[in-house]
Amino acid sequence: MTTLKLNGAAHPFNPGTTVADLVTAVTGRTLLATGQAADGGRLGVAVARNADIVPRSQWAHSRIEENDDVEIVTAVQGG
Amino acid sequence: MTELLTEPDPLTIDGVTLGSRLIMGTGGAPSLAGLGAALLASGTELTTVAMRRYSTPEQGAPGGTNLFELLLEHNIRVLPNTAGCFTAREAVMTAELAREALETDWVKLEVIADEHTLLPDAVELVEATEQLVNKGFKVFAYTNDDPVLALRLEQLGAVAVMPLGAPIGTGLGILNPHNIELIVSRASIPVVLDAGIGTASDAALAMELGCDAVLLATAVTRAQDPVRMAQAFKHAVIGGRLAAQGGRIPKRRHALASSAMDGRPDL
Repeated sequence: MTTLKLNGAAHPFNPGTTVADLVTAVTGRTLLATGQAADGGRLGVAVARNADIVPRSQWAHSRIEENDDVEIVTAVQGG
Repeated sequence: MTELLTEPDPLTIDGVTLGSRLIMGTGGAPSLAGLGAALLASGTELTTVAMRRYSTPEQGAPGGTNLFELLLEHNIRVLPNTAGCFTAREAVMTAELAREALETDWVKLEVIADEHTLLPDAVELVEATEQLVNKGFKVFAYTNDDPVLALRLEQLGAVAVMPLGAPIGTGLGILNPHNIELIVSRASIPVVLDAGIGTASDAALAMELGCDAVLLATAVTRAQDPVRMAQAFKHAVIGGRLAAQGGRIPKRRHALASSAMDGRPDL
């Protein structure tokens, strides 16, 4: 089984999985090809892969590779 | 609640006008609903958030995952911070994630030296400010109460400097009012007193010293009655601002009668 690291934990994934698929899996929100939420709301999420930002517009085209280190972050209470 | 009988006195940062001079943080609130009520009571129009890994509510997210939506609902502008970053590299990366996630180029830059003091690391702060300004960010620099460093941050292109009153979360108030006054007197960008505020009089003092705004979180979120405390801060900031504009009397060593001595009756 191929795995990636998702928010610090090992996570199995199927070949062909994209960053957009991961965001949907984590947030439960369906995405448009632009990376915006299909429900019209603001998603409030950003993705880094191997310490590089993956822009929202690239999510649907960015395929996950084995051992990728993916961080999906959002706004929480602080400051 | 009684309306405040004051003229509009907006704060402008980076060309954006804010109706309230109280900037709120969101850390330390036990519930999102309680936080929302306190933010509304404070009258704030700008509020900080931290950037952390997404976790679903069932997994026990540290701050819940709906904070961004809560702020949007209340028409409160979001100011992402780089809390928890120890290096310029981490802070720049966090700011970039925040810009992507929240679609704002505003960032409260916080680069701390260690977890014990939570004091800003001046060297990393300067480095991160330079990098972020070059990348087009609008940097609100959280800094020590050091007039020299504050001026350096302004020269590097920060849109606001945010000197601390006392270390984060201590509630010790403004430990060096003289330095805050000095920072204000030399700055040509807004000065926001950030961190260390314990109670309403601390916020009023910050404004009396000439600060343009006050940023606080713990003093409200961990108060026994956060909504009441938020109201107190709302009024304190306005009161302090009016006092600063009103021009206080000089301090004297001896008493000065306010009633004339002439014309007293013989009794």
